[in-house]
Amino acid sequence: MQIIYTDVLVIGGGLAGQRAAIGAKRRGHDVIVLSLVPAKRSHSSAAQGGMQASLGNCLGAAGDNEDIHFTDTVRGSDWGADQQVVRMFAHTAPKAIRELTAWGVPWNRVQRGDHEITVNGEKQTVTEADAAHGLITSRNFGGTQKWRACYVSDGTGHAMLYTMSNQAIAENIPVHERMEAMALIHEDGRCCGAIVRNLMTGELLAYVAKATCIATGGFGRIYRVSTNAVINEGMGAAIALETGIATLGNMEAIQFHPTGISPAGILVTEGCRGDGGLLLDAREHRFMPDYEAEKAELASRDVVSRRMEEHIAAGHGVQSRFGEHLWLDIRLLGKQHINTNLREVKEICQYFLGIDPVTQLIPVRPAQHYSMGGVRTNHRGESPQLRGLFSAGESACWDMHGFNRLGGNSVAETVVAGMIVGETMADFCDSPSGALNISTALVEKFGRHQQQLLSGISDTGGSESAFELLRLMQETMTGNVGIFRHGERLQEAVTTLQSLQQRSQHIRLRSSAAGANPELVAAYRVQRMLKLAQCVAYGALQRTESRGAHFRADYPQRNDLEWMRRTLARWPDDNAMQPTLEYEALDIMNMEIPPGWRGYGAKDYIEHPDTARRQQQIDSVLQRMEGANRHTQQETLMPFKHLLPPHLRGNNQRLGDEQ
Amino acid sequence: MKQIPVKQLARTLHIQILRHNPCDPQSEPRLQTFELEEADAMTLFIALSDIRENQDPSLQFDFVCRAGICGSCGMIINGRPGLACRTLTKDLPDRITLAPLPAFELIGDLSVNTGKWMRGMSEQLETWVHSQGLEQTSIDSLETTMEPELAEQLYELERCIECGCCIAACGTAQMREDFVGAVGLNQITRFQLDPRDERSDADYYQLVGDDSGVFGCMTLLGCEDMCPKQLPLATQIAFLRRRMASV
Repeated sequence: MQIIYTDVLVIGGGLAGQRAAIGAKRRGHDVIVLSLVPAKRSHSSAAQGGMQASLGNCLGAAGDNEDIHFTDTVRGSDWGADQQVVRMFAHTAPKAIRELTAWGVPWNRVQRGDHEITVNGEKQTVTEADAAHGLITSRNFGGTQKWRACYVSDGTGHAMLYTMSNQAIAENIPVHERMEAMALIHEDGRCCGAIVRNLMTGELLAYVAKATCIATGGFGRIYRVSTNAVINEGMGAAIALETGIATLGNMEAIQFHPTGISPAGILVTEGCRGDGGLLLDAREHRFMPDYEAEKAELASRDVVSRRMEEHIAAGHGVQSRFGEHLWLDIRLLGKQHINTNLREVKEICQYFLGIDPVTQLIPVRPAQHYSMGGVRTNHRGESPQLRGLFSAGESACWDMHGFNRLGGNSVAETVVAGMIVGETMADFCDSPSGALNISTALVEKFGRHQQQLLSGISDTGGSESAFELLRLMQETMTGNVGIFRHGERLQEAVTTLQSLQQRSQHIRLRSSAAGANPELVAAYRVQRMLKLAQCVAYGALQRTESRGAHFRADYPQRNDLEWMRRTLARWPDDNAMQPTLEYEALDIMNMEIPPGWRGYGAKDYIEHPDTARRQQQIDSVLQRMEGANRHTQQETLMPFKHLLPPHLRGNNQRLGDEQ
Repeated sequence: MKQIPVKQLARTLHIQILRHNPCDPQSEPRLQTFELEEADAMTLFIALSDIRENQDPSLQFDFVCRAGICGSCGMIINGRPGLACRTLTKDLPDRITLAPLPAFELIGDLSVNTGKWMRGMSEQLETWVHSQGLEQTSIDSLETTMEPELAEQLYELERCIECGCCIAACGTAQMREDFVGAVGLNQITRFQLDPRDERSDADYYQLVGDDSGVFGCMTLLGCEDMCPKQLPLATQIAFLRRRMASV
């Protein structure tokens, strides 16, 4: 088996992986990026509407800053997030966007003078200031108090990923394309690279690295209806789980996006609603204000998706041959706006639905969209259990999204996490613990094990079809572990998934094609996806409360008393039929914002006694510090800057600030 | 005579695919036809996935986003390059012929190595912002302003998804392996337009001022006709040629 040596191995060529690679490379380390597909085709490119960063340039963003971005994100997470990580993120997001600006992203800019905008179905005229002319503009998104989503038309992820990839090419970082990491090589709690399969030839090879970073995105394809790309099968998270050592955090926290087009599940951006688009029912009645008086269509995604399904269940859905859906109406935004700011949406409508959204309604229904959970890391992106293993972006749970992610916070997270985790890995490689002491015998052992697994699949003597098992898993997840969850249905899902997992040991391959063999790929992936699906379903069954996107019809309240805890899933025994769950506490006494009402969604929740105590503490600290500036106040309540790499600690300048 | 209403039968599609697996020494390029019942709103993504799952699990093709965004699934569809994921079968006759994009290394069946080609092009043309002291740019300070219209123009050129359809449709690219094609030339015009890139026309001339670059184009316009994103490729090439001729 060929062995390739490098300092840093990044698994995944999307925004997070490439940014982490650039960071480590700039610190003088050799880096190799592995990618299932050409890096510019990664799922980051599908992000449409925007990247959240509190620049505060345009009128709708006036007065924005890190504090408000922090507050919105914590509320969005339904207090499931690690608040220090959210602080690090909100502070670094403006730097991330400014770096990308220097590298070439053509962000849309503020145009001085009068503009017509659409708010609550009505036209209004706003006037942008001369001073802001030419700075980066932003649009409104759900669950935010300010217009904070900076955008490049509705191809934001595409523009960001191309710029990032080009920068990685400029820095001479090799991307080994069509390579799939099959297993992490590890010994005595130290990760030292991966066994990798070439998806063009089927050959196995080994990459030995001081630091290994999983940046493989989400695992939406365990669901039948998902906005995710077909490559989002969670193999990065799965190989971390299969070490039996690393843990996956909050796997039950799955986001459903309100506007997947029906029935294909292809995303149309939240920017449609941010820019003034409305949701209508079968009678073309705008129903969201009936449920959410304040935020209407722009409540957080978990809330809007739930309201939509509730409305369909109440008999207001539009009947179609593909089942029921609702309408997204962007006609009121006008042709000019759609043709410039929502052009990818227009193309999607044209090609997949055969409609023109300038004059016609778009059929939509919530679809699986994002995995808040993933490889558990600390705030620096390191696995607490497996030394030398790191993770960044959607594949990670460091945990800035808690139980619901705000729109536009994911592309922002990818770049911010890449900026931080790249430094963490460089620090690690520079430190004594970065030194690697590994024998090629160990590498060969892991390689042989993978070879045996693959041969085993080709020769099970069974009769199961990998594609059929995949379909049954996806049906189970969409049917039983969706937006509305219930104990009985979850138990049913767990049982079904276990039986599918057993059946997946008896797959029969019909093809023995030379090369990568797509059927063999489907077979080994479905075995791993079933483990991830089990983590989601079992975690959801055990979490007897409702928080963010995790809604239990049989436990409809958020329960801070019992569930201020993060789920950690581990799979210590490869032959086990389900994961082992552990929990780690979120300490309210260390929070900058103790749990409360989000400003939208349900108002009743079971309070934790620490909430009042912490609030009292905060009030008295703030009272004592009256007159101090916001940075000093913040630093006193919950210091975080010391957690950031030194060059990311500076304050962010905004329009009107002194340099 | 009274017509008896009958349910319209779904069409049977005959999908003929050019097959070859270079990993298999026994494999010879051949055409293989699959029959498939058409479904509502069926795209070639759905049709090909169905064939793989139910008829021939060894069939190779590339899909990633299946939403017309990532550029993975370029192939020759009834003689014309296009994105398979957003091609609806109802817009095609019931006999459909699919072949891999020419000019790229074949991985197997409909899968070609566009990634390697595009990376080579990017390295050759240095498709990134060249700016002195880029690493010293303060990321704490206000960003440099840009005219809103210019930003929109840049995005217009940056919408390219590197799918390779323009290369498959290009006469020169079939003859000259080193031709950078419309995809490459368009990227040069994108960086030329960007004030953040400090390269001069003389620098660009070094990159595209020969037959592997802008003077290799025969103005057959296949690139623009076949571009799934409708980029103004012919105009950009003409514009670039004029600027390069005056260097």
